[in-house]
Amino acid sequence: MSKLIPLKDAISKYVSNGDVVYAAGFTHLIPFAAGHEILRQNRRDLVLARATPDLIYDQMVAAGCARKVIFSYMGNPGVGSLRIVRSAIEQGKLEWEEYSHFGMITRLQAGASGLPFLPMNQTGAADLEKANPNIKRIPDPYGGKDVIVVPALNPDVAIVHVQRADANGNAHLWGIIGEQKEAAFAAKKVIVTAEEIVDESVIRSDPNRTLIPSVVVDAVCRVPFACHPSYAQGYYDRDNDFYLQWDKISESVESVKSWLDEWVYGVKDRAEYMEKLGEEKRGRLKIKSRMSEPINYGEY
Amino acid sequence: MTELTYSSAELMIINAARLLRDGDVVFVGVGQPNLTCNLAKRTHAPNLVMIYEAGVIGAEPARLPLSIGDPTLVSGALSVVSMYDIFSLYLQRGNVDVGFMGGAQIDKFGNINATIIGSDYAHPKTRLPGSGGSQEIAAWANRCYLMTPHQKRRFPEKVDFMTSAGFLNGRKQRKAAGLRGGGMVGVVTDIGFMEPDENGELTLTALHPGKTAEQAKENTGWPLKVAASLRTTEPVTEKELKILQEELDPKGIYLRGG
Repeated sequence: MSKLIPLKDAISKYVSNGDVVYAAGFTHLIPFAAGHEILRQNRRDLVLARATPDLIYDQMVAAGCARKVIFSYMGNPGVGSLRIVRSAIEQGKLEWEEYSHFGMITRLQAGASGLPFLPMNQTGAADLEKANPNIKRIPDPYGGKDVIVVPALNPDVAIVHVQRADANGNAHLWGIIGEQKEAAFAAKKVIVTAEEIVDESVIRSDPNRTLIPSVVVDAVCRVPFACHPSYAQGYYDRDNDFYLQWDKISESVESVKSWLDEWVYGVKDRAEYMEKLGEEKRGRLKIKSRMSEPINYGEY
Repeated sequence: MTELTYSSAELMIINAARLLRDGDVVFVGVGQPNLTCNLAKRTHAPNLVMIYEAGVIGAEPARLPLSIGDPTLVSGALSVVSMYDIFSLYLQRGNVDVGFMGGAQIDKFGNINATIIGSDYAHPKTRLPGSGGSQEIAAWANRCYLMTPHQKRRFPEKVDFMTSAGFLNGRKQRKAAGLRGGGMVGVVTDIGFMEPDENGELTLTALHPGKTAEQAKENTGWPLKVAASLRTTEPVTEKELKILQEELDPKGIYLRGG
Protein backbone atom coordinates (compact mmCIF):
# COMPACT_ATOMS: atom_id res chain seq x y z
CA MET A 1 0.00 0.00 0.00
CA SER A 2 1.37 3.36 -1.00
CA LYS A 3 2.44 5.58 1.88
CA LEU A 4 3.54 8.34 -0.44
CA ILE A 5 2.39 11.75 0.81
CA PRO A 6 3.77 15.31 0.67
CA LEU A 7 6.29 16.14 3.41
CA LYS A 8 4.00 18.87 4.68
CA ASP A 9 1.26 16.33 5.33
CA ALA A 10 3.65 13.83 6.91
CA ILE A 11 4.92 16.37 9.44
CA SER A 12 1.40 17.57 10.11
CA LYS A 13 0.18 14.05 10.73
CA TYR A 14 3.10 12.44 12.56
CA VAL A 15 4.94 15.17 14.52
CA SER A 16 3.12 16.57 17.54
CA ASN A 17 4.03 19.14 20.18
CA GLY A 18 6.05 17.54 22.97
CA ASP A 19 7.26 14.59 20.85
CA VAL A 20 10.67 12.98 21.14
CA VAL A 21 12.01 13.41 17.61
CA TYR A 22 15.01 11.55 16.19
CA ALA A 23 16.17 13.09 12.90
CA ALA A 24 18.70 10.46 11.92
CA GLY A 25 21.97 10.64 10.01
CA PHE A 26 25.57 10.84 11.15
CA THR A 27 26.80 13.82 9.10
CA HIS A 28 25.29 12.09 6.05
CA LEU A 29 21.62 12.19 4.93
CA ILE A 30 20.56 14.65 7.63
CA PRO A 31 16.90 15.45 6.94
CA PHE A 32 17.09 19.25 6.93
CA ALA A 33 13.96 19.58 4.77
CA ALA A 34 11.84 17.83 7.39
CA GLY A 35 13.43 19.90 10.18
CA HIS A 36 12.54 23.09 8.38
CA GLU A 37 8.99 21.89 7.76
CA ILE A 38 8.62 21.19 11.50
CA LEU A 39 9.60 24.83 12.09
CA ARG A 40 7.17 26.14 9.50
CA GLN A 41 4.44 24.19 11.23
CA ASN A 42 5.52 25.74 14.52
CA ARG A 43 5.84 22.63 16.68
CA ARG A 44 6.73 23.31 20.31
CA ASP A 45 8.30 21.58 23.35
CA LEU A 46 10.03 18.93 21.27
CA VAL A 47 12.71 16.69 22.71
CA LEU A 48 15.35 16.58 19.99
CA ALA A 49 17.51 13.46 20.04
CA ARG A 50 20.51 12.93 17.77
CA ALA A 51 24.04 11.66 18.38
CA THR A 52 25.32 14.88 16.81
CA PRO A 53 22.73 17.68 16.99
CA ASP A 54 24.48 19.24 13.96
CA LEU A 55 23.15 22.43 12.37
CA ILE A 56 19.67 20.97 12.00
CA TYR A 57 19.09 21.04 15.77
CA ASP A 58 21.02 24.30 16.18
CA GLN A 59 18.47 25.83 13.81
CA MET A 60 15.52 24.14 15.51
CA VAL A 61 16.67 25.24 18.96
CA ALA A 62 17.20 28.78 17.64
CA ALA A 63 13.62 28.74 16.37
CA GLY A 64 12.38 27.88 19.84
CA CYS A 65 10.77 24.53 19.10
CA ALA A 66 12.80 22.46 21.58
CA ARG A 67 12.40 21.82 25.27
CA LYS A 68 15.32 19.44 25.52
CA VAL A 69 18.17 17.90 23.55
CA ILE A 70 19.63 14.40 23.89
CA PHE A 71 23.07 14.08 22.32
CA SER A 72 26.55 12.60 22.42
CA TYR A 73 28.62 15.19 20.52
CA MET A 74 27.37 18.75 20.48
CA GLY A 75 29.67 20.40 17.95
CA ASN A 76 29.66 21.78 14.43
CA PRO A 77 31.49 18.81 12.86
CA GLY A 78 34.98 19.81 11.80
CA VAL A 79 34.33 23.47 12.55
CA GLY A 80 33.95 23.93 16.29
CA SER A 81 31.19 24.88 18.65
CA LEU A 82 27.49 24.46 18.01
CA ARG A 83 26.82 27.95 19.22
CA ILE A 84 23.03 28.10 19.64
CA VAL A 85 22.59 24.83 21.53
CA ARG A 86 25.70 25.58 23.58
CA SER A 87 24.60 29.03 24.67
CA ALA A 88 21.04 27.83 25.39
CA ILE A 89 22.53 25.19 27.71
CA GLU A 90 24.98 27.63 29.32
CA GLN A 91 22.14 30.10 29.94
CA GLY A 92 19.99 27.41 31.49
CA LYS A 93 17.32 27.76 28.79
CA LEU A 94 17.47 24.22 27.45
CA GLU A 95 17.41 20.85 29.19
CA TRP A 96 19.87 18.25 28.02
CA GLU A 97 20.73 14.61 28.46
CA GLU A 98 24.12 13.37 27.42
CA TYR A 99 25.85 10.12 26.49
CA SER A 100 28.98 9.01 24.68
CA HIS A 101 28.36 8.07 21.04
CA PHE A 102 28.38 4.40 21.98
CA GLY A 103 25.94 5.03 24.83
CA MET A 104 23.58 6.95 22.56
CA ILE A 105 23.70 4.37 19.79
CA THR A 106 23.32 1.51 22.26
CA ARG A 107 20.12 3.16 23.52
CA LEU A 108 18.77 3.11 19.97
CA GLN A 109 19.95 -0.45 19.39
CA ALA A 110 18.05 -1.54 22.53
CA GLY A 111 14.97 0.38 21.39
CA ALA A 112 15.20 -1.10 17.90
CA SER A 113 15.51 -4.62 19.30
CA GLY A 114 12.58 -4.37 21.68
CA LEU A 115 14.84 -4.67 24.73
CA PRO A 116 14.54 -2.58 27.92
CA PHE A 117 18.29 -1.86 28.01
CA LEU A 118 21.64 -3.05 26.71
CA PRO A 119 25.04 -3.45 28.37
CA MET A 120 28.41 -1.99 27.40
CA ASN A 121 31.86 -2.52 28.86
CA GLN A 122 33.18 -0.06 31.43
CA THR A 123 35.36 2.82 30.27
CA GLY A 124 36.93 3.93 33.55
CA ALA A 125 35.57 7.47 33.08
CA ALA A 126 32.67 7.60 35.50
CA ASP A 127 31.81 11.32 35.60
CA LEU A 128 29.04 11.13 32.99
CA GLU A 129 27.62 8.14 34.80
CA LYS A 130 27.40 10.30 37.93
CA ALA A 131 25.85 13.21 36.01
CA ASN A 132 23.25 11.17 34.10
CA PRO A 133 21.14 8.81 36.25
CA ASN A 134 20.07 6.93 33.11
CA ILE A 135 23.57 5.46 32.91
CA LYS A 136 23.82 2.63 35.42
CA ARG A 137 26.19 -0.13 36.31
CA ILE A 138 25.04 -3.67 37.08
CA PRO A 139 26.79 -6.93 37.96
CA ASP A 140 27.50 -9.36 35.15
CA PRO A 141 25.13 -12.24 35.99
CA TYR A 142 27.77 -14.63 34.62
CA GLY A 143 30.42 -13.49 37.07
CA GLY A 144 32.53 -11.11 34.98
CA LYS A 145 33.15 -7.42 35.61
CA ASP A 146 30.22 -5.06 36.16
CA VAL A 147 28.77 -3.66 32.95
CA ILE A 148 27.35 -0.26 32.10
CA VAL A 149 23.74 -0.24 30.95
CA VAL A 150 21.66 2.36 29.17
CA PRO A 151 17.89 2.30 28.67
CA ALA A 152 16.17 1.82 25.32
CA LEU A 153 15.40 4.97 23.37
CA ASN A 154 12.09 4.71 21.53
CA PRO A 155 11.46 8.10 19.91
CA ASP A 156 7.89 9.13 19.15
CA VAL A 157 8.95 9.80 15.60
CA ALA A 158 12.07 9.14 13.54
CA ILE A 159 12.80 11.00 10.34
CA VAL A 160 15.14 9.14 8.03
CA HIS A 161 16.34 10.38 4.68
CA VAL A 162 17.39 7.83 2.05
CA GLN A 163 18.67 7.86 -1.50
CA ARG A 164 15.74 5.88 -2.90
CA ALA A 165 12.57 4.25 -1.68
CA ASP A 166 9.50 2.73 -3.22
CA ALA A 167 6.05 4.12 -2.49
CA ASN A 168 5.55 1.56 0.29
CA GLY A 169 8.63 2.73 2.17
CA ASN A 170 11.16 0.03 1.34
CA ALA A 171 14.33 2.09 1.35
CA HIS A 172 17.81 1.75 -0.09
CA LEU A 173 20.60 3.74 1.46
CA TRP A 174 24.34 3.61 1.12
CA GLY A 175 27.39 5.56 2.21
CA ILE A 176 27.56 6.35 5.91
CA ILE A 177 24.62 4.47 7.39
CA GLY A 178 25.10 5.82 10.93
CA GLU A 179 22.06 5.03 13.04
CA GLN A 180 19.38 5.19 10.34
CA LYS A 181 18.20 1.62 10.61
CA GLU A 182 18.26 1.62 14.41
CA ALA A 183 16.32 4.91 14.60
CA ALA A 184 13.69 3.60 12.19
CA PHE A 185 13.17 0.36 14.12
CA ALA A 186 13.25 2.09 17.51
CA ALA A 187 10.72 4.82 16.75
CA LYS A 188 6.95 4.59 17.15
CA LYS A 189 6.35 6.43 13.86
CA VAL A 190 8.73 6.70 10.90
CA ILE A 191 8.82 9.30 8.16
CA VAL A 192 11.07 8.39 5.24
CA THR A 193 12.11 11.19 2.92
CA ALA A 194 13.82 10.12 -0.30
CA GLU A 195 15.86 11.68 -3.07
CA GLU A 196 14.00 9.46 -5.50
CA ILE A 197 10.88 7.34 -5.46
CA VAL A 198 11.54 4.20 -7.47
CA ASP A 199 9.54 1.22 -8.57
CA GLU A 200 9.44 -1.75 -6.21
CA SER A 201 11.37 -3.73 -8.84
CA VAL A 202 14.40 -1.46 -8.29
CA ILE A 203 14.31 -2.28 -4.58
CA ARG A 204 13.91 -5.97 -5.33
CA SER A 205 16.92 -5.86 -7.67
CA ASP A 206 19.23 -5.33 -4.67
CA PRO A 207 17.57 -6.54 -1.46
CA ASN A 208 20.77 -6.44 0.63
CA ARG A 209 20.70 -2.67 0.29
CA THR A 210 17.24 -2.36 1.86
CA LEU A 211 18.09 -1.17 5.37
CA ILE A 212 14.62 0.08 6.13
CA PRO A 213 11.61 -2.04 5.20
CA SER A 214 8.08 -0.87 4.59
CA VAL A 215 7.03 -2.79 7.73
CA VAL A 216 8.27 0.00 10.02
CA VAL A 217 7.50 3.01 7.79
CA ASP A 218 4.46 5.27 8.15
CA ALA A 219 5.02 7.91 5.49
CA VAL A 220 7.19 8.24 2.40
CA CYS A 221 7.92 11.66 0.94
CA ARG A 222 9.76 12.55 -2.24
CA VAL A 223 12.14 15.36 -1.31
CA PRO A 224 15.13 15.87 -3.62
CA PHE A 225 18.01 17.82 -2.05
CA ALA A 226 16.44 17.26 1.38
CA CYS A 227 19.82 17.18 3.10
CA HIS A 228 21.54 20.42 2.12
CA PRO A 229 23.90 21.53 3.72
CA SER A 230 24.42 17.84 4.60
CA TYR A 231 24.67 15.49 1.64
CA ALA A 232 23.40 12.36 -0.04
CA GLN A 233 26.20 10.02 -1.14
CA GLY A 234 26.26 9.74 -4.91
CA TYR A 235 23.69 12.53 -5.35
CA TYR A 236 25.30 15.77 -4.13
CA ASP A 237 28.20 16.92 -1.97
CA ARG A 238 28.31 18.22 1.57
CA ASP A 239 28.27 22.03 1.57
CA ASN A 240 31.30 22.41 3.80
CA ASP A 241 31.39 26.16 3.09
CA PHE A 242 27.97 26.50 4.64
CA TYR A 243 29.08 24.61 7.76
CA LEU A 244 31.92 27.13 8.07
CA GLN A 245 29.58 30.07 7.38
CA TRP A 246 27.15 28.86 10.05
CA ASP A 247 29.89 29.46 12.59
CA LYS A 248 29.54 33.19 11.74
CA ILE A 249 25.77 33.25 11.26
CA SER A 250 25.24 31.61 14.64
CA GLU A 251 27.35 34.18 16.48
CA SER A 252 24.24 36.23 17.22
CA VAL A 253 20.60 35.41 17.81
CA GLU A 254 19.62 38.21 15.42
CA SER A 255 21.58 36.87 12.47
CA VAL A 256 20.18 33.38 13.05
CA LYS A 257 16.66 34.78 13.21
CA SER A 258 17.12 36.61 9.94
CA TRP A 259 18.63 33.46 8.38
CA LEU A 260 15.58 31.45 9.51
CA ASP A 261 13.25 34.16 8.19
CA GLU A 262 14.91 34.02 4.83
CA TRP A 263 15.63 30.31 4.37
CA VAL A 264 12.97 28.54 6.43
CA TYR A 265 9.92 30.78 6.92
CA GLY A 266 10.55 32.66 3.68
CA VAL A 267 10.23 29.59 1.47
CA LYS A 268 7.30 27.27 0.91
CA ASP A 269 9.20 24.01 0.68
CA ARG A 270 12.50 22.37 -0.21
CA ALA A 271 12.05 22.94 -3.94
CA GLU A 272 11.81 26.67 -3.33
CA TYR A 273 14.81 26.53 -0.99
CA MET A 274 16.93 24.84 -3.66
CA GLU A 275 15.73 27.30 -6.29
CA LYS A 276 16.74 30.13 -3.97
CA LEU A 277 20.12 28.52 -3.36
CA GLY A 278 20.86 29.24 -6.99
CA GLU A 279 22.30 27.49 -9.96
CA GLU A 280 25.90 28.34 -9.18
CA LYS A 281 25.77 26.80 -5.71
CA ARG A 282 23.82 23.76 -6.88
CA GLY A 283 26.43 23.31 -9.57
CA ARG A 284 29.23 23.36 -7.03
CA LEU A 285 27.57 20.56 -5.07
CA LYS A 286 27.29 18.31 -8.12
CA ILE A 287 29.51 15.27 -8.12
CA LYS A 288 31.00 12.95 -10.69
CA SER A 289 29.80 9.34 -10.80
CA ARG A 290 31.75 6.48 -9.27
CA MET A 291 29.74 3.29 -9.82
CA SER A 292 30.14 0.08 -7.87
CA GLU A 293 30.70 -3.20 -9.69
CA PRO A 294 27.33 -4.92 -10.19
CA ILE A 295 26.81 -8.17 -8.30
CA ASN A 296 24.96 -11.26 -9.46
CA TYR A 297 22.06 -12.40 -7.28
CA GLY A 298 21.37 -15.23 -9.73
CA GLU A 299 18.12 -16.50 -11.27
CA TYR A 300 16.65 -19.43 -9.26
CA MET B 1 68.78 26.94 2.34
CA THR B 2 66.13 29.17 3.87
CA GLU B 3 64.74 28.13 7.22
CA LEU B 4 61.26 26.66 7.16
CA THR B 5 58.52 28.61 8.89
CA TYR B 6 55.49 26.83 10.26
CA SER B 7 52.64 27.34 12.70
CA SER B 8 52.28 25.64 16.08
CA ALA B 9 49.47 23.56 14.62
CA GLU B 10 51.71 22.37 11.79
CA LEU B 11 54.50 21.51 14.22
CA MET B 12 52.13 19.40 16.33
CA ILE B 13 50.44 17.65 13.44
CA ILE B 14 53.75 16.70 11.83
CA ASN B 15 55.18 15.34 15.08
CA ALA B 16 51.98 13.50 15.88
CA ALA B 17 51.87 11.90 12.43
CA ARG B 18 55.32 10.41 13.03
CA LEU B 19 53.95 8.42 15.99
CA LEU B 20 51.77 6.30 13.75
CA ARG B 21 53.23 3.04 12.47
CA ASP B 22 52.67 1.61 9.04
CA GLY B 23 49.87 -0.92 9.26
CA ASP B 24 48.28 0.57 12.37
CA VAL B 25 44.50 0.49 12.57
CA VAL B 26 43.71 4.01 13.76
CA PHE B 27 40.44 5.45 15.00
CA VAL B 28 40.58 8.97 13.62
CA GLY B 29 39.17 11.94 15.53
CA VAL B 30 37.81 15.17 14.16
CA GLY B 31 39.98 18.22 13.40
CA GLN B 32 43.76 18.08 13.79
CA PRO B 33 43.91 14.31 14.43
CA ASN B 34 42.17 13.88 11.10
CA LEU B 35 44.96 15.86 9.37
CA THR B 36 47.58 13.96 11.34
CA CYS B 37 46.43 10.54 10.19
CA ASN B 38 46.00 11.68 6.60
CA LEU B 39 49.55 13.10 6.66
CA ALA B 40 50.99 9.86 8.04
CA LYS B 41 49.21 7.87 5.35
CA ARG B 42 50.72 10.09 2.65
CA THR B 43 54.24 9.84 4.09
CA HIS B 44 55.65 6.92 6.08
CA ALA B 45 52.49 4.90 6.74
CA PRO B 46 50.79 4.12 3.41
CA ASN B 47 49.22 1.00 4.92
CA LEU B 48 47.58 2.88 7.76
CA VAL B 49 43.98 1.70 8.11
CA MET B 50 41.90 4.74 8.98
CA ILE B 51 38.67 4.04 10.81
CA TYR B 52 36.17 6.83 11.34
CA GLU B 53 33.49 6.72 14.00
CA ALA B 54 30.95 7.46 11.27
CA GLY B 55 31.46 3.79 10.37
CA VAL B 56 34.07 3.96 7.60
CA ILE B 57 36.92 1.44 7.55
CA GLY B 58 40.00 1.83 5.42
CA ALA B 59 39.20 5.29 4.11
CA GLU B 60 41.38 6.71 1.33
CA PRO B 61 40.15 10.29 1.15
CA ALA B 62 40.96 12.12 -2.07
CA ARG B 63 40.53 15.50 -0.35
CA LEU B 64 40.69 16.81 3.22
CA PRO B 65 37.59 15.59 4.98
CA LEU B 66 36.35 18.64 6.90
CA SER B 67 34.17 16.43 9.03
CA ILE B 68 34.62 12.81 10.00
CA GLY B 69 31.50 12.03 8.00
CA ASP B 70 32.62 13.39 4.66
CA PRO B 71 31.59 11.53 1.47
CA THR B 72 35.21 11.36 0.31
CA LEU B 73 35.83 8.91 3.17
CA VAL B 74 33.27 6.51 1.77
CA SER B 75 34.18 6.38 -1.93
CA GLY B 76 36.92 3.79 -2.26
CA ALA B 77 36.83 2.67 1.40
CA LEU B 78 37.17 -0.98 2.40
CA SER B 79 33.91 -1.11 4.30
CA VAL B 80 31.14 1.03 5.71
CA VAL B 81 29.20 -0.16 8.74
CA SER B 82 26.66 1.25 11.19
CA MET B 83 27.73 3.27 14.21
CA TYR B 84 26.68 0.47 16.53
CA ASP B 85 28.93 -1.92 14.62
CA ILE B 86 31.93 0.42 14.60
CA PHE B 87 31.79 0.90 18.35
CA SER B 88 30.98 -2.70 19.26
CA LEU B 89 32.61 -4.99 16.64
CA TYR B 90 35.63 -2.80 16.02
CA LEU B 91 36.36 -0.78 19.15
CA GLN B 92 34.83 -2.73 22.06
CA ARG B 93 35.95 -6.07 20.61
CA GLY B 94 39.54 -4.84 20.47
CA ASN B 95 40.22 -4.37 16.78
CA VAL B 96 41.65 -0.85 17.01
CA ASP B 97 45.37 -0.16 17.56
CA VAL B 98 45.44 3.60 17.93
CA GLY B 99 43.10 6.33 19.10
CA PHE B 100 44.01 9.89 18.17
CA MET B 101 42.16 12.50 20.11
CA GLY B 102 41.72 16.11 20.98
CA GLY B 103 40.26 17.58 24.15
CA ALA B 104 40.05 20.88 26.00
CA GLN B 105 41.90 19.66 29.09
CA ILE B 106 44.29 16.84 29.81
CA ASP B 107 45.64 16.21 33.29
CA LYS B 108 48.72 14.79 34.96
CA PHE B 109 47.52 11.21 34.45
CA GLY B 110 46.37 11.67 30.87
CA ASN B 111 42.67 11.91 31.67
CA ILE B 112 40.71 13.98 29.15
CA ASN B 113 37.98 16.55 29.55
CA ALA B 114 35.83 17.42 26.55
CA THR B 115 32.61 18.09 28.47
CA ILE B 116 32.57 21.21 30.68
CA ILE B 117 34.88 23.84 32.13
CA GLY B 118 34.01 24.48 35.77
CA SER B 119 32.92 22.19 38.54
CA ASP B 120 29.12 22.23 38.22
CA TYR B 121 27.89 19.90 35.47
CA ALA B 122 24.30 21.10 35.82
CA HIS B 123 25.31 24.76 35.41
CA PRO B 124 28.34 24.73 33.13
CA LYS B 125 30.37 27.91 32.83
CA THR B 126 31.61 26.69 29.47
CA ARG B 127 29.89 23.85 27.71
CA LEU B 128 32.13 21.81 25.40
CA PRO B 129 30.92 19.36 22.73
CA GLY B 130 31.13 16.25 24.96
CA SER B 131 32.50 12.77 24.45
CA GLY B 132 31.55 11.78 20.95
CA GLY B 133 33.61 8.63 20.54
CA SER B 134 36.34 9.69 22.93
CA GLN B 135 35.16 7.91 26.10
CA GLU B 136 35.31 4.48 24.50
CA ILE B 137 38.37 5.12 22.32
CA ALA B 138 40.41 6.14 25.38
CA ALA B 139 39.34 2.98 27.17
CA TRP B 140 39.61 0.39 24.44
CA ALA B 141 42.17 1.38 21.78
CA ASN B 142 45.58 -0.25 22.32
CA ARG B 143 47.46 3.08 22.27
CA CYS B 144 46.08 6.59 22.61
CA TYR B 145 47.68 9.86 21.60
CA LEU B 146 46.53 13.36 22.21
CA MET B 147 47.66 16.64 20.71
CA THR B 148 47.04 20.10 22.11
CA PRO B 149 48.90 23.42 22.45
CA HIS B 150 51.02 23.61 25.60
CA GLN B 151 49.06 26.01 27.80
CA LYS B 152 48.52 25.94 31.55
CA ARG B 153 44.73 26.02 31.25
CA ARG B 154 44.83 22.96 29.00
CA PHE B 155 47.08 21.01 31.39
CA PRO B 156 45.49 21.22 34.86
CA GLU B 157 46.66 18.89 37.60
CA LYS B 158 43.17 17.35 37.55
CA VAL B 159 40.53 17.69 34.84
CA ASP B 160 37.26 19.48 35.70
CA PHE B 161 35.32 16.54 34.28
CA MET B 162 36.68 13.17 33.25
CA THR B 163 35.16 12.56 29.83
CA SER B 164 37.69 9.87 28.95
CA ALA B 165 40.08 7.89 31.08
CA GLY B 166 43.83 8.13 30.98
CA PHE B 167 45.46 6.44 33.98
CA LEU B 168 42.76 7.74 36.42
CA ASN B 169 44.84 8.37 39.58
CA GLY B 170 47.77 6.29 38.40
CA ARG B 171 48.64 3.26 36.34
CA LYS B 172 47.54 0.83 39.06
CA GLN B 173 44.05 2.28 39.10
CA ARG B 174 43.61 1.93 35.36
CA LYS B 175 44.79 -1.64 35.61
CA ALA B 176 42.32 -2.31 38.42
CA ALA B 177 39.50 -0.87 36.28
CA GLY B 178 40.27 -3.64 33.79
CA LEU B 179 40.20 -1.50 30.66
CA ARG B 180 41.42 -3.41 27.66
CA GLY B 181 43.45 -0.62 26.04
CA GLY B 182 46.91 0.60 27.01
CA GLY B 183 45.78 4.15 27.69
CA MET B 184 47.46 7.46 26.93
CA VAL B 185 50.93 6.74 25.60
CA GLY B 186 51.93 10.18 24.37
CA VAL B 187 50.90 13.83 24.26
CA VAL B 188 52.20 16.08 21.51
CA THR B 189 52.28 19.81 22.22
CA ASP B 190 53.79 22.80 20.44
CA ILE B 191 56.69 22.69 22.92
CA GLY B 192 57.47 19.00 22.98
CA PHE B 193 56.30 15.51 23.81
CA MET B 194 55.11 13.99 27.07
CA GLU B 195 54.91 10.33 27.93
CA PRO B 196 53.63 8.56 31.04
CA ASP B 197 56.21 7.35 33.58
CA GLU B 198 55.96 4.05 35.46
CA ASN B 199 53.14 5.51 37.58
CA GLY B 200 51.28 6.93 34.57
CA GLU B 201 52.28 10.55 35.24
CA LEU B 202 52.91 12.59 32.10
CA THR B 203 56.60 13.50 31.94
CA LEU B 204 58.46 15.66 29.46
CA THR B 205 60.51 13.31 27.27
CA ALA B 206 61.24 15.43 24.18
CA LEU B 207 61.44 19.05 23.08
CA HIS B 208 60.92 20.49 19.62
CA PRO B 209 64.02 22.26 18.24
CA GLY B 210 64.54 25.61 19.96
CA LYS B 211 62.11 24.96 22.82
CA THR B 212 63.15 24.65 26.47
CA ALA B 213 62.10 22.52 29.42
CA GLU B 214 61.47 25.76 31.31
CA GLN B 215 58.83 26.76 28.76
CA ALA B 216 57.15 23.39 29.16
CA LYS B 217 57.18 23.65 32.97
CA GLU B 218 55.80 27.20 32.95
CA ASN B 219 52.91 26.08 30.79
CA THR B 220 51.94 22.97 32.74
CA GLY B 221 49.53 23.01 35.67
CA TRP B 222 51.47 20.54 37.83
CA PRO B 223 55.16 20.31 38.69
CA LEU B 224 56.26 18.71 35.43
CA LYS B 225 58.96 16.05 35.66
CA VAL B 226 61.62 16.07 32.97
CA ALA B 227 63.06 12.78 31.76
CA ALA B 228 66.80 12.27 32.31
CA SER B 229 67.23 11.41 28.64
CA LEU B 230 65.44 14.41 27.13
CA ARG B 231 65.36 14.11 23.34
CA THR B 232 65.00 16.73 20.62
CA THR B 233 62.41 15.97 17.95
CA GLU B 234 63.48 15.77 14.32
CA PRO B 235 63.06 19.07 12.47
CA VAL B 236 59.96 19.58 10.36
CA THR B 237 60.67 18.77 6.73
CA GLU B 238 59.66 20.63 3.61
CA LYS B 239 57.92 17.52 2.29
CA GLU B 240 55.68 17.20 5.36
CA LEU B 241 54.79 20.89 5.31
CA LYS B 242 54.05 20.80 1.62
CA ILE B 243 51.63 17.87 1.90
CA LEU B 244 49.86 19.56 4.79
CA GLN B 245 49.58 22.98 3.21
CA GLU B 246 49.04 22.11 -0.43
CA GLU B 247 47.19 18.80 -0.35
CA LEU B 248 45.48 18.40 2.97
CA ASP B 249 44.45 21.85 4.15
CA PRO B 250 44.95 24.36 1.33
CA LYS B 251 42.43 26.74 2.93
CA GLY B 252 44.28 26.70 6.25
CA ILE B 253 41.20 25.70 8.24
CA TYR B 254 43.19 23.78 10.84
CA LEU B 255 46.70 25.01 10.19
CA ARG B 256 46.32 28.71 10.96
CA GLY B 257 46.61 28.23 14.72
CA GLY B 258 49.78 29.76 16.20
